[in-house]
Amino acid sequence: MSPLTHKLLRDLWRMKGQAIAIGLVIAMGVMLQVMMSGLVTTLEGTRDAYYDRYRLTDVFAPVTRAPAHLVASLGQIDGVARVQDRVVGAALVDIPDRAAPVQAQAVSLPADGAAALNATYLSAGRMPDPARPDEILLVEGFAKAHGLAPGDTLVATLNGTRRALSIAGLAQSPEFLYIAAPGEMVPDDSRFGVIWMGRDAMAALFDMGGAFNEALFALTREANKPAVLAEIDRILDPYGGRGAYGVEDQYSNQFVSEEIRGLKGSSNTVPPLFLAVAAFLLYIVIGRMVQSEREEIGLLKAFGYTNAEVGAHYLKLVLIIATGGALLGCLLGIAGGRGMVQLYLQYFKFPFLLFRLDPASFAIGVMASILAASGGGLLVLRRVFALTPADAMHPPAPADYSRSGRIGQGIANLLDQPSRMVLRRITRQPVRMAGAMIGIACGMALSGSMLSTFIAFEDTLDTTFTVIDRSDLTISFAGPVQRAALHEIATREGVWQIEPVRFVPAILRNGRHTHRGSIQGQPTDASLSRAIDTNKQAIPMREDGLILSTTLAAKLEIRAGDTVTVEVRDGRRPTLALPVAAIADSFFGTPAFIELGALNRALKEPGRVTGAYLRIDPGKRDEITQWLKGLPMVAGVSIKAEAETAFRKVMNEGAGSSRYVMGVLAFVITYGIVYNAARIAHAERARDLASLRVLGFTKGEAAFVLLGELAVITLVALPIGTLLGHGLSQLIMAAFSTDIYTITLGFEPSAYGNAALVVLSAALVSGLLVKRDLDRADLISALKTRE
Amino acid sequence: MSEPAFRTTDLTKTYGEGDGAVHALRGVDLEIPAGEVVVLLGPSGSGKSTLLNILGGLDRASTGEALYKGQDITAMTDRQLTRYRRAHVGFVFQFYNLMPSLTARENVELVTEIADDPMAADEALHLVGLNERIDHFPAQLSGGEQQRVAIARAVAKQPQVLFCDEPTGALDSTTGRKVLKVLTEVNAKLGTTVLIVTHAAATADLAHRVIHFADGRIRDVITNKTRKTAEEIHW
Repeated sequence: MSPLTHKLLRDLWRMKGQAIAIGLVIAMGVMLQVMMSGLVTTLEGTRDAYYDRYRLTDVFAPVTRAPAHLVASLGQIDGVARVQDRVVGAALVDIPDRAAPVQAQAVSLPADGAAALNATYLSAGRMPDPARPDEILLVEGFAKAHGLAPGDTLVATLNGTRRALSIAGLAQSPEFLYIAAPGEMVPDDSRFGVIWMGRDAMAALFDMGGAFNEALFALTREANKPAVLAEIDRILDPYGGRGAYGVEDQYSNQFVSEEIRGLKGSSNTVPPLFLAVAAFLLYIVIGRMVQSEREEIGLLKAFGYTNAEVGAHYLKLVLIIATGGALLGCLLGIAGGRGMVQLYLQYFKFPFLLFRLDPASFAIGVMASILAASGGGLLVLRRVFALTPADAMHPPAPADYSRSGRIGQGIANLLDQPSRMVLRRITRQPVRMAGAMIGIACGMALSGSMLSTFIAFEDTLDTTFTVIDRSDLTISFAGPVQRAALHEIATREGVWQIEPVRFVPAILRNGRHTHRGSIQGQPTDASLSRAIDTNKQAIPMREDGLILSTTLAAKLEIRAGDTVTVEVRDGRRPTLALPVAAIADSFFGTPAFIELGALNRALKEPGRVTGAYLRIDPGKRDEITQWLKGLPMVAGVSIKAEAETAFRKVMNEGAGSSRYVMGVLAFVITYGIVYNAARIAHAERARDLASLRVLGFTKGEAAFVLLGELAVITLVALPIGTLLGHGLSQLIMAAFSTDIYTITLGFEPSAYGNAALVVLSAALVSGLLVKRDLDRADLISALKTRE
Repeated sequence: MSEPAFRTTDLTKTYGEGDGAVHALRGVDLEIPAGEVVVLLGPSGSGKSTLLNILGGLDRASTGEALYKGQDITAMTDRQLTRYRRAHVGFVFQFYNLMPSLTARENVELVTEIADDPMAADEALHLVGLNERIDHFPAQLSGGEQQRVAIARAVAKQPQVLFCDEPTGALDSTTGRKVLKVLTEVNAKLGTTVLIVTHAAATADLAHRVIHFADGRIRDVITNKTRKTAEEIHW
């Protein structure tokens, strides 16, 4: 091995602490990049393969009741490749150990066997026997949540008929990739199920003999989708067509796609930021590291080593650290990505997982580290090469402190000599100090913004479940019922308050912007489910217009005072032009509110409601839900506490969990930065400090000169880091938000207080480590030699 | 007489500009014959180290000419200077300047690896009287031992010229004498031209030629009729 290689290895060993710290900083940046992009690539790839393999429909067309012969004319529509009709309906499943009834959706299987569209993936058991109307397929997640297996029996009420059903097999389907109970945002396997049964059995139960209530369409590649949708609507309209919609508006797909889109957004924003910060630090740190090798560079040149040879030697050193860190980051990223995908699988019901990593993210991560490291190293090498070997071998001429000395004279008189040394060094080398300071500020910003994110998630959940929704139970009815029917529930012992609500499916349009959802009618002074403004104050319901959520207003690009077109898809199906009366803060979903009476007047259906919010005696919760379960008009009961728990679970284990990984990475980066700042300051001052000791300064006094500098830089970095962090957190929040949920964030002092503690603790630990080296320094050798 | 190793004409070196300018060399005319031991004497700041650095290709002159065997060093590009240092000259510094992360032998190998016709590292160390401890790191060696490693490192490439800047400056007199003995032996055995910059006037007694510096100029050049051995000198 050549002596230069020996030197390289021994130098690496000597600076192992620093090398590891630098390597970790870049590793964290690369890890996040690889993990997040791998997650996006994997989820997108798996989703697309699943949709393709199990033929997810392009268009869904629900209808009240259409005769079977219409299928042929639907198939004639230009752009339709294939059409399939089916029967769907709501079901209530009895689960013996649960007080609340569990909602389910029943879907018919094609009479002729294999489904051409929306095929099912059989994960256990067998397909139901068409000759046995009581045999069903049950969605896998629901079966697992309740310990059900093929061969077991399930009691369910379908369209008022109670039936004992035999589970033939367990299944999954691309249209139920994400399954949440109606009115809830978050999936909970135990509280919503899907049942597939034979077409004839379904037709008998839902009175669909010779008819269907949903048509599925596969379109040709060149189909004009809006035209196809319009034509379908035209044909189905006389039969109660509820509006055909594309797969992009389908509930499960919308959720999954929004989630992936949100993930993509944060993966395009946050990891590059982390990587940029890490690369910047690498650049600064490597530069200063090479700077401290200046005398050895001069010596090698004196022996006749060429610039290229010396450059290659130091480049090897920095590249080993940088690529080592980047490769470690790739490995950690793969491991992290695999872990995250497992979390996602709890919520996205993929029957298979094609694990993929984005090779570009590897390349980007490794290239960014190599460029930053070699950039930082080469810049300094070029400066050193510009010196003659004679100059390079000498320590740099003492910096000229005369200017700053004069400027600070008044203050300096108040300080002792060591303090003056600290002050003058900082004022004399502003660029170098600013580099170190910005580095620490970046670390602080990363930590602070991630801590803000945690608080914002918590705040958002808190506002949603205590300020916006103040109910204990939400009940939904099978269809619109007379408000008077609520009387029975309101007078039940233990029910403290009841508030009616009516959800009406509707399409909202503003110019070319369309939103398919619902509008909800509530009493003017609704207090259990409220619209709130940015100050968390309730906005009363209005009769003269809609109150739109911020997300919906943004989607429709509409402001208060503008008019929105509402195509109601229920009852008489009127098209209304309603002014936007106000915009309400909302974090989940895209609600549009209106006063209940005004809604019913517009529909010419006075006194109708589709559900109610209840506040009840917590001690009687089980008793009341049990009783509600027995009421014939009640289709579903949702317990807020359960919904909240489910939501927190998703936020902490699913989509939102990446914030914890980012938080840990931010801490590691912060520690790495501060430690390096201390290490390098030490390297630059080792001889001065030894001289101080020789002059009779104590270890503590000598350490003060070094650590004082670090302390000043750290303290200056804190407010700057806070500002940077606040900006960063806004970017991160925007990236985390999707159409489905919005996380909003104000300035969170406690987040930055804690981030400051992280920085200060890092400074303290690093300071102690450096001081330990300082105390061990051999004064004789420091005096005798120049190395 | 053979061609001189070095010949300079009106060589000057100025650091800085204007009022703050320092004139390290103020016009030096000099001839150094090949194969001699030459001692450059003078007080601090008299210009002797600056001359050594320029002749060694470590620094550049401001004006004037410095010829090594007829080639003008002052006109050389960086690349040519590197080639010059690599092929022809060796250095010994006051503070040894060993690589702390390399052992004694590896420090020598650092130079033999890039030299055209080097001697073996062990042979060079043997030449300076280091037979043991050659696998020790600099921190494990005494000052004298470190300086002998530095000399071994400088002579291992068999240079035509050996530049020594205060080679005994950091050593006690006994150790210093040993180092000087090694330097004169290298001159005698290998015919290497040896230039020694020093404060220690007594060192002059072992030189063929003594050049006195004062205030950036040569004050006088003395040729010793008889030379003392390293053991005979005292300071």
